[in-house]
Amino acid sequence: MAAPALVLFGLFGVVPLAGVVALSLARWDGLGRLGWAGAANWRAVLTDAGTWESLWLTVKVMVLSWLVQTPIALALGLFQAGRARWRAAFAVLFFLPLLLSAVAIGLAWQALLDPAFGIGSAPGLHWLARPLLGSPDLALYTVIFVIAWQFIPFHALLYQAGIRQIPAALYEAAAIDGANRTARFVHITLPQLRYTIVTSTTLMLVGSLTYFDLIFVLSGGTGGPGTATRVLPLAMYITGFQAHDMGRASAVATVLVVAGLGLSLLTTRLSGFTRMDSLQEGL
Amino acid sequence: MRRGLRALAAAVAVAAVTALTACGTSGPSAGPSNGLTMWALSDQTILKSSVDAYNKDHPNEQINLQLYANDDYKQKLRVAFGANQGPDIFFSWGGGALNDYVKSGKVAELAAADVDAGRFTPSVLKTATFGGKVYGVPCNGLAPVVLYYNKQVLQSAGVQPPRTLDELKAAVSTLKGKGVTPISLAANSKWPTLMWHEYLLDRIGGAKVFDRIGGGDASGWTDPAVTQTNQALQDLVTAGAFGGNASSIAYDQGASTALVYTGKAAMELMGTWEYANFVKAAPDFVSKGDLGYVAFPAVGGGAGDPANIVGNPSNYLSVNAASTHKDAALRFFKDYVLNGAQVDAYLAAGSVPPVNGLDAKLAATASADKAWLTFVYGLVQAAPSFQLSWDQALPSQQADPLLTNVDKSFLKQITPEQFGQNMSKVS
Repeated sequence: MAAPALVLFGLFGVVPLAGVVALSLARWDGLGRLGWAGAANWRAVLTDAGTWESLWLTVKVMVLSWLVQTPIALALGLFQAGRARWRAAFAVLFFLPLLLSAVAIGLAWQALLDPAFGIGSAPGLHWLARPLLGSPDLALYTVIFVIAWQFIPFHALLYQAGIRQIPAALYEAAAIDGANRTARFVHITLPQLRYTIVTSTTLMLVGSLTYFDLIFVLSGGTGGPGTATRVLPLAMYITGFQAHDMGRASAVATVLVVAGLGLSLLTTRLSGFTRMDSLQEGL
Repeated sequence: MRRGLRALAAAVAVAAVTALTACGTSGPSAGPSNGLTMWALSDQTILKSSVDAYNKDHPNEQINLQLYANDDYKQKLRVAFGANQGPDIFFSWGGGALNDYVKSGKVAELAAADVDAGRFTPSVLKTATFGGKVYGVPCNGLAPVVLYYNKQVLQSAGVQPPRTLDELKAAVSTLKGKGVTPISLAANSKWPTLMWHEYLLDRIGGAKVFDRIGGGDASGWTDPAVTQTNQALQDLVTAGAFGGNASSIAYDQGASTALVYTGKAAMELMGTWEYANFVKAAPDFVSKGDLGYVAFPAVGGGAGDPANIVGNPSNYLSVNAASTHKDAALRFFKDYVLNGAQVDAYLAAGSVPPVNGLDAKLAATASADKAWLTFVYGLVQAAPSFQLSWDQALPSQQADPLLTNVDKSFLKQITPEQFGQNMSKVS
């Protein structure tokens, strides 16, 4: 039964991965002959201050994205799962960013945040007429904000589904015991959402680790201003496809793969997700 | 260089990254067995008409032209040649990027007589000449970088178009006093800032400084003129020449152009393609005669000839060394690329092609763009040196460090001295 999946995974997952690892030991400009480089690419990548700077930026994007997106997505999910007035209409509105491609979102925000002709030129919004994407101090946070705008709807959807799964009997029993809204949220909703939180967290962490397209568009393909938004995947792209150093780019790619695997293993391990215990034992 | 469409290419970039982990995309499909394949950029409509003319005359040996967006194209070409699946004829920017292909033995040498090379402007042909051999023919308009200005804005501020750097500095403080951004700059895209470096270094140290660097001498970056260039640019930044928002203006959004024609900014340094952008975005602005343009100002005491220009001499067509249709390609180059009809078409579109002896044609033209065409042609004809944009002239590994350091210098994250030191390390 697992054979087709294994073949596909092997063909499109394992084989290219092995190719990248092999390429990280080679010298190749994409045009000429492949040459053996030994550990040279790895030495260059690991001793380059730029790599560590990019890695630090990536970690920042990851952590801040989680901190921003999780509470908002949870709150929106709660709202969408409830029975409030206009709930369906709002849910459609919240869902919109998810339907747009990252490139469209990037271009739209780039135009919106233009200090001269963007929303900063609207009455009452003049405080926004500053180089949000152009200042080395603000650009990364602006990017994190746009990423959150794009992905919160998706995670809200996860939480909405998770909340709908929680048996109503739990809330009824708690209400009889006199638990207020806060107590019900802390003692029923959150524990019952545990696996949803793990799933959402893993997707968020690994997703931000490899996030590329929106940052590429927002920074004009350069990871600028300066190198203020040059996260690791963007550094990999620039090394591979602008500097045409495929060996070094492959070394960076390998670092990303290892970090991504490690992260998802860690989150599922630490949270007990892998034990696959039921959350509804005894119900 | 046509830098537009960069944003469109972003979508493809995503696919390209997938390709990195998936070890390459599938190669291009082979062309028709009895014809040639040719790849170019999708905005090259006039070039396309030369292919149409060729195909009409050669029904048995057609050129199959495929057009691509800017960055998309560069990567696709590289991957195709890497897999020995390149087209017979390809479009390029000349310079260091084309030299990559030449050094890998991918490009056929062109004998001057086979392509009638004598008709092209010599300084333009130089950009596709490596080791004394010609590897490409120019195929579209000259694109030197010039200083555009809004005549109304300068007039109402009582400022003359600057002839020297000192005049420019004086204009900056006057314009700033009037609440106008003196110079519009799309610094977010980095390469527009590089244009300032290219001109300032040429004016301060002369063409020989970058000749040394382009020739592979990394110590050229530590020439005092490079430090002075960065100092001059940082002085302009400190004086508020570029306003406070330049670093968030992306060229492809068109905001740097719009700032000038809406009168929010007074001047802009940009390639000749910007003229067409002005005409397209603000036809009235141009037809009323409000758009002015001058050569880059001279620098007092500088070693460079103020008639020198920088920018993109032209785009080029080259032949794949592995092509089995070399004769047909040469026929196309000789008789169809920049022939009489093509030259007329470019002139009608407001662009000056790099061919000799245009004086009579320009004098006779009734085009509304006559003054502009004469200005560009005169500028190029009188220029002792036409320096190709550095990011194109240098080997491709150095292009990104160059743009990053240019940006950091502009943001004053590094000192003028550090710019040269950083660049000499990556060369």
